[in-house]
Amino acid sequence: MAEVLVYVDHVDGAVRKPTLELLTLARRIGEPVAVALGSGAEATAATLAEHGAVKVLTADAPEFADYLVVPKVDALQAAYDAVSPAAVLVPSSAEGKEIAARLAVRIESGIITDAIDLEAGDEGPVATQSVFAAAFTTKSRISKGTPVITVKPNSAPVEAAPAAGAVEALSVSFSAQATGTKVTSRTPRESTGRPELTEAAIVVSGGRGVNGAENFAIIEALADSLGAAVGASRAAVDAGWYPHSNQVGQTGKSVSPQLYIASGISGAIQHRAGMQTSKTIVAVNKDAEAPIFDLVDYGVVGDLFEVVPQLTEEVKSRKG
Amino acid sequence: MSLRIVVCVKYVPDATGDRHFAEDLTVDRDDVDGLLSELDEYAVEQALQIKEAADDDAEITVLTVGPEDAKDALRKALSMGADKAVHVEDDDLHGTDVMGTSLVLAKAVEETGYDLVIAGMASTDGTMGVLPAILAERLGVPQVTLLSEVSVEGGVVKGRRDGDTASEQLEASLPAVVSVTDQSGEARYPSFKGIMAAKKKPVKSLDLDDLDIDAESVGLEGAWTKVDSAAERPARTAGTIVKDEGEGGKQLAEFLAGQKFI
Repeated sequence: MAEVLVYVDHVDGAVRKPTLELLTLARRIGEPVAVALGSGAEATAATLAEHGAVKVLTADAPEFADYLVVPKVDALQAAYDAVSPAAVLVPSSAEGKEIAARLAVRIESGIITDAIDLEAGDEGPVATQSVFAAAFTTKSRISKGTPVITVKPNSAPVEAAPAAGAVEALSVSFSAQATGTKVTSRTPRESTGRPELTEAAIVVSGGRGVNGAENFAIIEALADSLGAAVGASRAAVDAGWYPHSNQVGQTGKSVSPQLYIASGISGAIQHRAGMQTSKTIVAVNKDAEAPIFDLVDYGVVGDLFEVVPQLTEEVKSRKG
Repeated sequence: MSLRIVVCVKYVPDATGDRHFAEDLTVDRDDVDGLLSELDEYAVEQALQIKEAADDDAEITVLTVGPEDAKDALRKALSMGADKAVHVEDDDLHGTDVMGTSLVLAKAVEETGYDLVIAGMASTDGTMGVLPAILAERLGVPQVTLLSEVSVEGGVVKGRRDGDTASEQLEASLPAVVSVTDQSGEARYPSFKGIMAAKKKPVKSLDLDDLDIDAESVGLEGAWTKVDSAAERPARTAGTIVKDEGEGGKQLAEFLAGQKFI
């Protein structure tokens, strides 16, 4: 059976959820061979094996942390050369997309980014994408070389599929470009204790109607009652009420959770582009004409300062 | 020695318009007004700020690959303050994918001469966000991408990249390829004087022959990806809308409980 390379996104050995989703998709095409780089790479093996990795290729070197992107491209290319895979799958993070794209140029292959589904096809894997602010769904494939495809979080279920997951050291020789861009310092993002926005099953977002940074406590309280991530519209971020890292929309994160709760968000195209593919959408807005209500499964026309706290209390009491 | 900055921009269908696909499944550019991609305005803005802060002379060339109308995007960038423009236009470019576009841009950047290439974080139509990385790979120069802050001093570009799990400070020697995010600073509006001045600024046209690019390596036929189908997403079925009469939060909770979210 053909092997499929899966690039592993991990933090010091803790595998991030989108990589496990990739393993599910990789098994539809062939046998997953994982590539884990940097500090903690070997510690990823057990989790990856549980989810279907037949092999885990690992490499660690200071270059992975000290220089931007290119050392990881060199390593992924070394894995490509060693395995000759049927496809290369990479999580659609900002860095993942850049790594995938540079690899694609080097191996003279086409690239598809931000797939939301993947299936085997007669002429290679067929990727589904959501485009034009999620107004269209396309199906595409790579017509030259080895398919290099990046996949968005929440595109497939995480499935247990125990496999050998044998760890093999990957030998990497770094290219002349590897040390071109130095990372002179790194400040880890402070943990909020909430789920990562793009990976969360539930997202609670606030917009212009929240009317002030201090009022986001209401949104956070609802999110915490549901175990949800917190999002914000561009209007709220531009006003300085919430960090840009939490922005949902065309120029922020694109999310596709099971449940999306929009509070005080009108639903401009810029925002819809980032949340339209959510499974269930609910909204609270005082303007009955707000376009967000065209998308919702359930909407409440009312003052979010009344409705949201009441909802939070109700969630808490129902959850006991 | 003056600093030569090339800003890569894209002419895109207005994201607030009703965007569609043409019959050959390329982006339909006829039915929706086109404009300079909003995210590229940030790249033009940072180029202008780098020029304003430069000790030596700096010259900004704005570069696009696109149809005749793409000149509008160049004109906008010139009216913001860029010095000159290069327009790569060729009928054989219709349907070119990111691999072909990056090949053309790389050749055009080399032909123009550069110390610093600046691009936006992504286009607002294709939204891939990988072109700057590919351009750096093709040019063989450092990639300093997705910056929310950028500065150039003494032949070195520095910037801050805010990632998913950390914020990083980056540094590379010129020549380099930079991309900037929408957090890098609001783009200026063209002044009346800028708009008038832009009409006199040079726009150089190049075609594939000028860049020594084989027509077979670009266009729809030369693309390394193939779109098999594009379907309009079915409209979401109309949901239940209630007016809050004091019980709105509880009603919403009831709905969420019915959907097994609580």
